[in-house]
Amino acid sequence: MSAASDLNIDHIANLARLALTPEEKTKFAAQLNDVLTNIEQLKKVDVTGVEPTAHGFPIFNVWADDVAQPGLPVEAALKNAPAQRNHMVVVPKVVE
Amino acid sequence: MSSELIYQPISQLADQLASKKVSSVELTQAIVARTKAVDPKVKAFNSFDEADALAQARASDERRAAGQARGPLDGIPIGIKDVISVEGQPLTASSKMLANFVSPYDATVTKKLKNAGAVCWGRLNLDEFAMGSSTENSAFHTTSNPYDLDRVPGGSSGGSAAAVAAGEAIATLGSDTGGSIRQPAALCNVVGLKPTYGLVSRYGLIAFASSLDQIGPFTRTVEDAAITLGAIAGYDPLDSTSFKTEIPDYLAELSKRKGPWKIGIPKEYFGEGLDPEVAAAVEKAVSYYEKLGCEIKNVSLPHTEYGVGVYYIIATAECSSNLGRYDGVRYGHRSKDAKDITELYFKSRAEGFGPEVKRRIILGTYVLSSGYYDAYYLRAQKVRTLIRQDFLNAYKEVDVILTPTAPTPAFKKGEKASNPLAMYLSDIYTIGVNLAGLPGLSIPCGFSKSGLPIGLQLIGQPFKEAELLSIAHTYDRAHDWATRHPNL
Repeated sequence: MSAASDLNIDHIANLARLALTPEEKTKFAAQLNDVLTNIEQLKKVDVTGVEPTAHGFPIFNVWADDVAQPGLPVEAALKNAPAQRNHMVVVPKVVE
Repeated sequence: MSSELIYQPISQLADQLASKKVSSVELTQAIVARTKAVDPKVKAFNSFDEADALAQARASDERRAAGQARGPLDGIPIGIKDVISVEGQPLTASSKMLANFVSPYDATVTKKLKNAGAVCWGRLNLDEFAMGSSTENSAFHTTSNPYDLDRVPGGSSGGSAAAVAAGEAIATLGSDTGGSIRQPAALCNVVGLKPTYGLVSRYGLIAFASSLDQIGPFTRTVEDAAITLGAIAGYDPLDSTSFKTEIPDYLAELSKRKGPWKIGIPKEYFGEGLDPEVAAAVEKAVSYYEKLGCEIKNVSLPHTEYGVGVYYIIATAECSSNLGRYDGVRYGHRSKDAKDITELYFKSRAEGFGPEVKRRIILGTYVLSSGYYDAYYLRAQKVRTLIRQDFLNAYKEVDVILTPTAPTPAFKKGEKASNPLAMYLSDIYTIGVNLAGLPGLSIPCGFSKSGLPIGLQLIGQPFKEAELLSIAHTYDRAHDWATRHPNL
């Protein structure tokens, strides 16, 4: 397992699309080092041949009947949009 | 009259409503009045809609007058954690990100409560996006423990626990990802039930860690937990992890099962870090079961010490993925000064999320990032298998496992706020239950010398809630903790 000090907070914040202030970076890096040091204990466990568990009770092949269902009306779906026009969500220009 | 009503359990209120000694409007008015009187101190609610609640109560009374009452929950005010959708009501997750969000539909549990005739009452405070163990991480305000206003109510469903404890709701719903129902229930002298993963639909619950989250009730008594669970449990095609299983009449089952049971005591839960007063109260409860003729057996859950580490890898990994949807585009907070779409993501998320949420997104993104996935996430999932196997091995010998719910009584506000690891460790006894997907329940089992509530945790076998509730009910009805209330 990797050392806790490997945490490159700038790289991770970029992956998470999260702008952090310099103060936040310093604070989180220190706090998460403590947490990661605790997590390092997992190295001690022998997991040879152990299957991973993603869910307590996994259910496979959950299919819905192929029948059209009414969705939310456009007005209701857009009611919480920060900006909208002509039944569409407005965002800053994406393509020049 | 009103003070008599607000602290009654559902089971008694249902009789009074049925015999028309009291109306739902009178009961709801009493709850509204109590909330207005004490909530400025307790701050359990983010918002409430008095007119809407009274309209639901009037509808209940009209149904009853027409001979169409729908069962024990008809007309009972039930508060809802502000992370579960109620159509037309705010849904904030106690986050600036969703400060102005209004839910366009009902969660399945909300729909089921409404179908049972319950009065959906108010939006209850929580740690932002259900991340925390004290309700100090709410972006709006910290909820106080009704038994000591300088202390936390626990978390993340602190508002839901405090509201029942303070008489501001007859019952409430919360969500439990690592102990977020059981730990605040223990700290506030109420019953909190986390059902088996998949028993209660998560449709309409704001996702935090999808493989761990489960909705459950806070009530005054185990009987009330059985009534409420009966109303919200069941298969839901809208939740692909919902489990197809028969739902028994949990209330009727309580009186059918008399024991004696085999009760397992895991030695790993009674070691370092456990407050002596909590240990003494829990041991007294063990003696009670022993006197009842139950067989008390020592069991071992050898991977317990790794639970917190596994939890904080899996929960943060899932949270970093689930919270990717908050990008300022379709709903939620949008930064006003972003000049392009990329900056819109970065700034909206920076402005909308609070520190604990950011911390967990960073940790979750890190453990999932290239080069670290096998070392952290995959290994955590494997240790999760071992933790689950520990429980299933123990159940070959016992019917139920008994532990403390939280290592200490309610701690002071601010005491652990700057030390995430210390805060994370306050869920040490509850986390394993979520990792293994089991049902767990916290019931009041005493008070510290300084008057703070102490809770006892019973951990059941998958989908055997009827058994779990019966074992808890036996203790609950023989003790009077539920009749003690805070001085407010």
